[in-house]
Amino acid sequence: MSMNTQGRPTSAGASGAASAHPTFTGNKALQIEEALIFEIGRPEVTGVDIPAPKKVKSRLGKLARDEAIGLPGLTEPEVMRHYVRLSQKNYGIDTGLFPLGSCTMKHNARLNEKMARLPGFGDVHPLQPASTVQGALQLIDTLAHYLKELTGMPAVAMSPKAGAHGELCGMMAIKAALEAKGEGHRKIVLVPESAHGTNPATAALIGFEVRSVPANADGTVHVSDVKAALGPEVAAIMLTNPNTCGIFEKEIVEIAKAIHDAGAYFYCDGANFNAIVGKARPGDLGVDAMHINLHKTFSTPHGGGGPGSGPVVLSERLAAFVPYPFVRVGKGYALVEEGGKLEKGEQPFGRMSAFHGQMGMFVRAMAYMLSHGADGMRLASEDAVLNANYIRASLADLMSLPFGNQPCMHEALFDDDWLKNTGVSTLDFAKAMIDEGYHPMTMYFPLVVHGAMLIEPTESESKASLDLFIAALRDLAMAAKRGDVDRFKGAPYHAPRRRLDETRAARTPILRWTKPAPYAEAAE
Amino acid sequence: MRYLPLTPQDRTDMLAKIGVAAVDDLFANVPKSKLLKGPVNLPKARGELEVERILGAMAAENISASEVPFFVGAGAYKHHVPASVDHLIQRSEFLTSYTPYQPEIAQGTLQYLFEFQTQVAMLTGMEVANASMYDGSTGAAEAVLMAHRVTKRRKAILAGNLHPHYRDTIETLSRMASDELVSLTPNPEDAGADLKAVAAAIDGETSCIVIQTPDVFGNLHDLTAIAKKAQDAGALLIAVVTEVVSLGAVTPPGAMGADIVVAEGQSIGVGLNFGGPYVGLFATKQKYVRQMPGRLCGETVDAEGKRGFVLTLSTREQHIRREKATSNICTNSGLMCLAFTIHMALLGETGLRRLAAVNHANACDLADRLADLDEVEVLNKSFFNEFAIRVPGDAAKVVEKMAKKGVLAGVPGSRLWPKTKGVADVILVANTEVNTDDDRAAFVAALGASI
Repeated sequence: MSMNTQGRPTSAGASGAASAHPTFTGNKALQIEEALIFEIGRPEVTGVDIPAPKKVKSRLGKLARDEAIGLPGLTEPEVMRHYVRLSQKNYGIDTGLFPLGSCTMKHNARLNEKMARLPGFGDVHPLQPASTVQGALQLIDTLAHYLKELTGMPAVAMSPKAGAHGELCGMMAIKAALEAKGEGHRKIVLVPESAHGTNPATAALIGFEVRSVPANADGTVHVSDVKAALGPEVAAIMLTNPNTCGIFEKEIVEIAKAIHDAGAYFYCDGANFNAIVGKARPGDLGVDAMHINLHKTFSTPHGGGGPGSGPVVLSERLAAFVPYPFVRVGKGYALVEEGGKLEKGEQPFGRMSAFHGQMGMFVRAMAYMLSHGADGMRLASEDAVLNANYIRASLADLMSLPFGNQPCMHEALFDDDWLKNTGVSTLDFAKAMIDEGYHPMTMYFPLVVHGAMLIEPTESESKASLDLFIAALRDLAMAAKRGDVDRFKGAPYHAPRRRLDETRAARTPILRWTKPAPYAEAAE
Repeated sequence: MRYLPLTPQDRTDMLAKIGVAAVDDLFANVPKSKLLKGPVNLPKARGELEVERILGAMAAENISASEVPFFVGAGAYKHHVPASVDHLIQRSEFLTSYTPYQPEIAQGTLQYLFEFQTQVAMLTGMEVANASMYDGSTGAAEAVLMAHRVTKRRKAILAGNLHPHYRDTIETLSRMASDELVSLTPNPEDAGADLKAVAAAIDGETSCIVIQTPDVFGNLHDLTAIAKKAQDAGALLIAVVTEVVSLGAVTPPGAMGADIVVAEGQSIGVGLNFGGPYVGLFATKQKYVRQMPGRLCGETVDAEGKRGFVLTLSTREQHIRREKATSNICTNSGLMCLAFTIHMALLGETGLRRLAAVNHANACDLADRLADLDEVEVLNKSFFNEFAIRVPGDAAKVVEKMAKKGVLAGVPGSRLWPKTKGVADVILVANTEVNTDDDRAAFVAALGASI
């Protein structure tokens, strides 16, 4: 199978008529053009009333900041209007179906937001005496218990701040374990071609050499290919399961055994854990380390690209290597930090970040888990898988499935074979979805599938919502096939912006606002 | 289950459309012996009210910063956040959106990232900033890796008065990547000596020096001379700021020649949250922008020529470059950037300067009041809103005693440097706009009664 290494097209390339009824302001009713704060704010204005400081002898030495900073200020009504208007240019889960494959855009319950804002969680400092934060430590310990139970693993490192940070933590634990065994010479990490980009980037970051494992015609990794790649130099494999093609790796138990027989470790990318929560446990499958994206599987919001949270569950073979800090339960809850007394078998490899991890995300994930319960989490995974298969089955006659019409897990993967000779690309199709009121699916990923379209509806959609989505996609697919190219090439027509010129942005990067030159200078 | 819209009838109909008899037929790839027969051993689903009771009880076990006179800092600070900030970041379209990979329907996120980058550049006195890192400490570790790429050397020197969590984060990554690291000993007595030690350690292999200002004990540093010394040796100066409000009063690292500035942005717009989520600020010089980690938002135009914003220079990033990427980072701290940007837009230059002045004045006032206690010594010659005091005996015990008297007094040296001599009797004390005269009086009284 050939790799699509070209990525997505980036030029604007759009054409077609603009609005037939231009407005004076450029606004379109509820869509209001909004300038930057630097263009509407003024340095002498502030939206925060602060009493005058006491008169004291300054202790700033010679380091007082004398030069103007240039930061504009806005009053509260101006700030409200500005950011509400900006919000109206964004698509979120609450706006509509958000089928972004691999990202698990499920409903974000507001109860979770409310809980995270309880003063006892949101307004406590990480370095208060442990005696004053017993409830916070209890929450971390309780969440850890839930994660261990759901994955069948004996240990978990809670501090990583996102998925990729969790990968880094897991790979560091593997490195530490190898070094503890005197096997630091193992430098190779096997990564399938279909992996997320974070996997090879993470391995390379801490000095591992990445070796690719081919994906096969059925979309899975074969144990024979893994065995062929294994050797005394191999430290680990990084495998996503369910994989990025939306398929459960059916030889996973054999793969895990082969890896362990060769003295290496099995890192599992847990990005797709939402398909199997309460249905199968990574620990039972032979996984040694797996990060869990709390912002995906357990619905702590994505927030426009963060913050995330990426705890890593660890097998018996790696359990000793949980980094600092960690919670220990004895007489009350203690936080073990550097210099703390270690118990037998504890060999922390260091520290991933300041303080103890993404507490705000822990509270939200805990509220999710308590709400769903063991039964609800299992049902959520079943519904997520059911919804994805319903979409697959409802579009299979019009759109092409790279690995045949077989059951998928929580996401359905199509390629662009069915668009051949239509003049419409995956990108065009995605942009036309925007006009229909949908966020596009993940496109051009995984790289092993040409023009990939990865659709993950999640369990949060009703059947009526899925039926309308399917009908819209069928209409678009038929339009593409009958040559209605304009509907796609110029899309989106109805979004706050038409297609944006990404090539221009990269060629001459403008990464900040700068004060325009006065007219006289600008004219020179 | 209130979050799952499918009805039993829907499920039956959908299975029929798919052409399978039962949902487990869709899990056919899972080895039979590994497919769980029923729910795992955890409690069953609960209603909102029950969940609120359980979590409310846990929350009630903690003492929150607003309840008591509160002086804990050391990298995370209690500040007042305007009500409009928390309201706006909970707008659905911000809260429930994804990374803005489809810019036509993500201009809201992209525009605030562009505003954020500009604010951060102005604040730090640098030319460009990225769209945030996880936090200050991980940003500092990324800065060291970036300096290695820029200089093609692999040895970093960390000042002794760098926050020890930042030091440990950098040390862990450096050790794992087999890079060289020189980590100096903290010096609460003589901050100037710490800088001299850094200067003396610079050699022809050095890729960067990492210096915090205000440092972990609160001392302010003029970095101008050491920036030049580093750059003359072909190394970069990475300046770390853990209290970003200080930049409303103190000369920014950019004006003193820093090559990279890393800061913890939590103080503006983001609550204490027991340590996270926070927001890492990362700024540098234009010439290094292609070596920068993290997401970047850039200005462009759409097909009709209207101004718009996109994520750009993504060829640095993991999803394109894979193992050759500048960083493995995928997620940034989006919603916390938004909180920072909104709070900073409300403050503006006028408000930020006023806020910084109040913080400084309150800290000065507390330092002056401590003169009444003969056995307590303020160690700093200069500071912004945090300073170090030396107390007789074990500072951790003093802090515990003060907590029992209802005052959260600060961070004892042994919490941060369990194995370092000469800091076990030191307490780091922070004072912000939230502290009143009464709070400071309570601090002095509780301290006097605890030593």
